[in-house]
This record gives sequence, structure tokens and C-alpha cells, in this order.
Amino acid sequence: MTGAGTSPAAPGTRAASAAWRARLERLAPLLLVPALALLALAAIPFSTWVSLTVAGLAMGGIVFMMAAGLGLVFGLMDILNFALGAFITFGAYVAASVLAALGPWTRAEELALNLAALAACGLAGAAVAGALGWATERIIIRPVYGAHLKQILVTVGVLIVAEQVVPVLWGGVPVPVPRPALLKGSFLLGNVAIERYRLAALATGLLIYGGMILVMGRTRIGLLIRAGVQNREMVEAFGYRIRTVFVAVFIAGSALAGFGGAMWGMYHELITASLGGEVLILAFIVIIIGGPGSTSGAFQAALLVGQMANYVGYLAPKLALGSNILLMLAILLWRPTGLLPASRN
Amino acid sequence: MIDAGGARMSVGRAVNWLLSGERVGSRALAWVLAAAVLALALAPFYVPGGRGLAAAARICIFIVLVGSYDLLLGYTGLVSFAHTIFFGFGAYGAAIALKSLGATWPALILGGSLGIAAAVVLALAVGLLTLRVRNIFFSMVTLAIASFFLVLASQLSEITGGEDGMTFQVPDPLGPAARLGELFGLRITGAVVVYYAVFLASALLFLGMLRLINSPFGRVLRAIRENDFRAEALGFPVVVYRSLVCCFAAGLAAAAGVMDAVWLRYTGPNTVLSFSIMLDILLMLVIGGIGSLYGAILGAAVLVLGQAYLQDLMRLASDSTQAWPLLSALLHPDRWLLWMGIFFIAFVYVFPRGIVGSLRRS
Repeated sequence: MTGAGTSPAAPGTRAASAAWRARLERLAPLLLVPALALLALAAIPFSTWVSLTVAGLAMGGIVFMMAAGLGLVFGLMDILNFALGAFITFGAYVAASVLAALGPWTRAEELALNLAALAACGLAGAAVAGALGWATERIIIRPVYGAHLKQILVTVGVLIVAEQVVPVLWGGVPVPVPRPALLKGSFLLGNVAIERYRLAALATGLLIYGGMILVMGRTRIGLLIRAGVQNREMVEAFGYRIRTVFVAVFIAGSALAGFGGAMWGMYHELITASLGGEVLILAFIVIIIGGPGSTSGAFQAALLVGQMANYVGYLAPKLALGSNILLMLAILLWRPTGLLPASRN
Repeated sequence: MIDAGGARMSVGRAVNWLLSGERVGSRALAWVLAAAVLALALAPFYVPGGRGLAAAARICIFIVLVGSYDLLLGYTGLVSFAHTIFFGFGAYGAAIALKSLGATWPALILGGSLGIAAAVVLALAVGLLTLRVRNIFFSMVTLAIASFFLVLASQLSEITGGEDGMTFQVPDPLGPAARLGELFGLRITGAVVVYYAVFLASALLFLGMLRLINSPFGRVLRAIRENDFRAEALGFPVVVYRSLVCCFAAGLAAAAGVMDAVWLRYTGPNTVLSFSIMLDILLMLVIGGIGSLYGAILGAAVLVLGQAYLQDLMRLASDSTQAWPLLSALLHPDRWLLWMGIFFIAFVYVFPRGIVGSLRRS
């Protein structure tokens, strides 16, 4: 009698089909994004579908940037950081100000100047948000570390205060955010119009995702973070100062959120003080769908959410936000821990 | 011969029965609470115009709303952002019924009951879906669901009046045109009648909440709060009890919503479903004191009075500091929430038990 599992299952046996089913179960989350795209193709004319898909993926890329920090902080430190909305808002406003100050560079038709302006405003947004993140962690969150209720309350307080400080510093009217000259408008592929900025945003999102996967998978700090998400106490028991890792992740997540805010501002070309709070809801949905602590999960979920918002926004505008929430509830029922639980990353 | 000691004792015992034995804990707190309740009871007699009475009615409504939220937070430890949905269900239920079926008592009762029932059903669904996931997930999910209903209310304009909301008439003695004569020197107008209806309803609901948490059911809830594992081991199904608390809290919030609709004769997404209402609830809770229903009374009073009268003070301050534009902008009455936010954060650190806790400690 052969021992169980010592020999590969012969094709056609029950064990083989079970193995296939297991593989399909694992792959299912990865197939959701293309599946949704194909579903939409059935309902939307091709040229519109292409621009909506690009828009959805671009929006997803930007939301991923903001949600990534939130998810890591949540998975690693069990902190629900509502103040991230404040970092996003400040990132967007600071970037808008820098962009306005660099007017000549953005209006010029030269790639180098445009890219420099983009980099400057993005980095400025990230830097300010990172600094705010450091201050928040130090002053606001550290005293209430471990007390979930108080954490939620104080971070909500920070969000409220930030939303009120923005009109004081930048005035109470919505601020326009001009895109650099070379990223304005769209280019035509046949009869399909694709906005340049959206492609740029998508590319940036992919770059950041790739970067995060590299850091998580190939560096020591990434290893520590992944281990910390799985089992904090064990990492501490091995002698690592997980506290330092926490703070670093918090600041990095905040900076990334600020950068995301900057990109979001240029995506919508108009920003208001409540932008952080509004996007925060999308970020929460992404984290819940993707699974907290999982970078790939967050990326998949962000792309899904972006696509959903754009497709439904075209087909039935009234249901756009609701569709994402229904998606979240559906996925919660299917996989309560999220699409790609943190253990996979 | 009047036995003063005996009389005092039986009065005390009567009050204790009324409060279902909920411990006040401090003489100062007792005086403050008594003064607040008395002030609310006699509000129409001494507040000059509509604004003062509106503030008093708002306090009564929020006492019930915040109390129900404290019930949820205090006994399940869950920070729910969906409480405004239940408030909204009650308000919109009454509003839609009164608008479409006419300003009659049966319409009000039907609409109000349907709103409350819908709130309870939604609470049950949300509870069952999310009580099995972690606490923090619960907060995020409720936030998403709350924004869903906010958008829904704005979008279904044929039914809900959309962004602008809906105005409607209320059944007769509650209408503004009613004149019911005079009592103790006070002209009994419709506004006075509605105010006392709201006041009495709030009082009954509040006393009902006290009764609930001091009942055997309430004792099981306390056991679950202290150690849910042990409670489960002792045979109490924790999920069932927690779901029931969610349902009670939702129903009470919806009842507060009905009161709000009747008082304002108007319902709209900004007055019942917006996140600023949720923030108001959190602020009142933290200021009054989490974990004590008496805190709801104090928190609601402080915040509503502050909103009504401090903003005038801020306008004065802002106008007088025009020379320093930054300071003037910070003191502008529109920035009311900035100072409340700072206040709120400070309270969480310095007075985690709120006014009630501080009074009890002293």
C-alpha cells in the first residue's frame, strides 16, 4: 500500500482534481481584475472601455499608494490610522502649491523640466506627509498604543483638525492643480483616446508596487516587516527592535500616502479639504478586500476598486460608490480575511 | 409629625427606582445632572426665542442618540461609524410617511415604526456579518456602509428629496400653528407641545436604557464586557447578546431620528446622515464620559450649547483680531470644529473618563 502523498496523483483520479481545485482557489483572486475587465467589455463599447480601463487602473494605482501604508501599519501594528486622511490631504495641497510655484517648469513643453516639476511636487508632498506621520506617531499615537478605542478616537481627531487647518493655510476654496504641459490631454490610438496623465499614474503605481515587492521580498527590512505582520512577539523574541521597524513603516506609509495625495490631486485637477476623508474610505475598502498587511492583496484590490468605480461610474453613475461597498461585502462573505492573506505577501 | 429623615429616604428610594439603580457616584455629579434635567424640563419658560428652544430640543434628541451609542460602545467595545444610518432611518421613515401619507398620527406612527424596524434589521445584518471579523474591521466596514447610505439618500431624490432633503407637516397638536391656551404663564404653542413631546420621549427612552443595563440582560452584557471568553464558557452565547445590543442601540437611535424629524419638520442628508453628526456623537461621548449613560446628558448639553453660543464668541474674537490674519482665520466661527477636534484629542488623553469620570473621582 503506497503511503498517502508519497506519489504524485495519477491524472483523472479524485486527488488530481482536488489538486486542480486547490490551485484554482489560490489563483482565483489574481483572475478577478481581468475577469472584471472582460465583464465590462460585454457592456461597454470598445473605445470607451479602453479609456475607462486605463482610468480605472490608474486610479487603482494611486489608491494603492495610499492604502499600502495603511495596510502595513494595520497589519504590523494593529493601528487603524484615520490620520492617514490628513497626510493625503496635506500631501495633495503641498504638491499643488509646489506645482503652482514651479509654474514655468510645468508650462514648458520640455520633458526634463516637466519631470523635474513632477518629482519636486511629489517629493514635497511625500516629505510633508512623512514629517506629519512622524509627529503623529510620536505625539498622538504613542501614548495610546495598544488601546484600540482611544487610537481610533485620537486619529479621527487628527483628521478633523487637519481638515480644519487646510482652509486656514490655503483658503476655503477648492484649489486647482494644473498638470504639467506634456502630461495634459490624451493621445489617440485608432479611435481610442487615452489620457497621458493616466498612463503616467498607472506606470508610477506599477513602479511603486514593484519597488515594494522588491523591498518586501529581497531585503532584510522587508523580511522583518513580513515576519512582524505574521507574529510580532516572535520577531521581538529574536532580538529585533520591532519598535524601530514600526516607526519606519509608519513614516514610510505616511510619505507614500502623501505622494498618493499629490498624484490624486493631479488626477482630478481640483482638490478640497475633504479629499483625504473621502479617499480614506476607498483605502479602507481596498485594505478590507485585499487583506491587511498584504502588499499584493492591496494592489489587486486597488485595481479592482479603481475599475469598479470607473465602469460603474459610466454605466450607472448613481451606484459608483455603492458598487465598491457591495464588492467589499461580497468579498468579505467569500474570504473574510481578504483576497490574499498576509502570509503570502 | 413629618419624619423628615424617613421622607428623604423614601424620596431617595423613589429616585433610585426611577434610575433603575444606576449609580451616580458623586454628589457634585448628582447636582449637575439634576440641574441639567430641570433646565431642560423648564426650557420653554425661560429661553427667549426659537434658537434656545431648538438647542434644548437638540440636547434631548442627542441624549438618546449618544446614550444608544454608549450602549453599543460600552458593551461591545466596537467603534461603529454606522450609527448615523439608524438615526437617518428613523428620521427618513417618519419624513417619507408624513410627506406621502399626509400629516396624520397614523402616518407618523407607521413611518416611525418602519424606520425603527428597518434600523433593527440592518443592525442585525451588519452585526452578524461583521461580529465574526475583528473589531477594527468592524469600524472600517461601518464607515464604508455609512458613506454608502449617505450617497444613497442623496441619489434617490424622488423618495428622499436628494441633497436638499424634504420638508413636511406634522400631525395637529405638534404643528406650529397650534394654540392650546396658557399654563403657568406660558403660551402653549405648537413649538412648546413638540418640545415637551420630545422631552418626555427622550426621558422615557433614557430611563428605559438605564433599565436595560441594570436588568439581568444588562448584567450578562457586563460579564461579556469584562471577559467574553468566560461568559461564553458559562453558557451565554456572546454573539447573540452582542447582536441584541446592536439592535437595541439601532432602534433607540432610530427613535431619536423620528424625534428629530418631528421637531425640525425637515429631514436631509446633512442633518441626519452626515459624518459631522457622527463626529458630534463621538465628541459628546468623549466629553461626557464613555461607559456611563449620565455622560450622554452632560456631553450633549456641553456640545450643543457650545455649538449654539460659542460660535458667536468666536465671531467676536475673529473680528477683533483682524490685524493678525492667521489668528483671525483660526478663530473664525467656521473653524469651530478645529477647536472641538483639539479639545476632543485633549479630552481623550487628559480626561479619558470625561466629565462624569472627573466628577466621580473628585
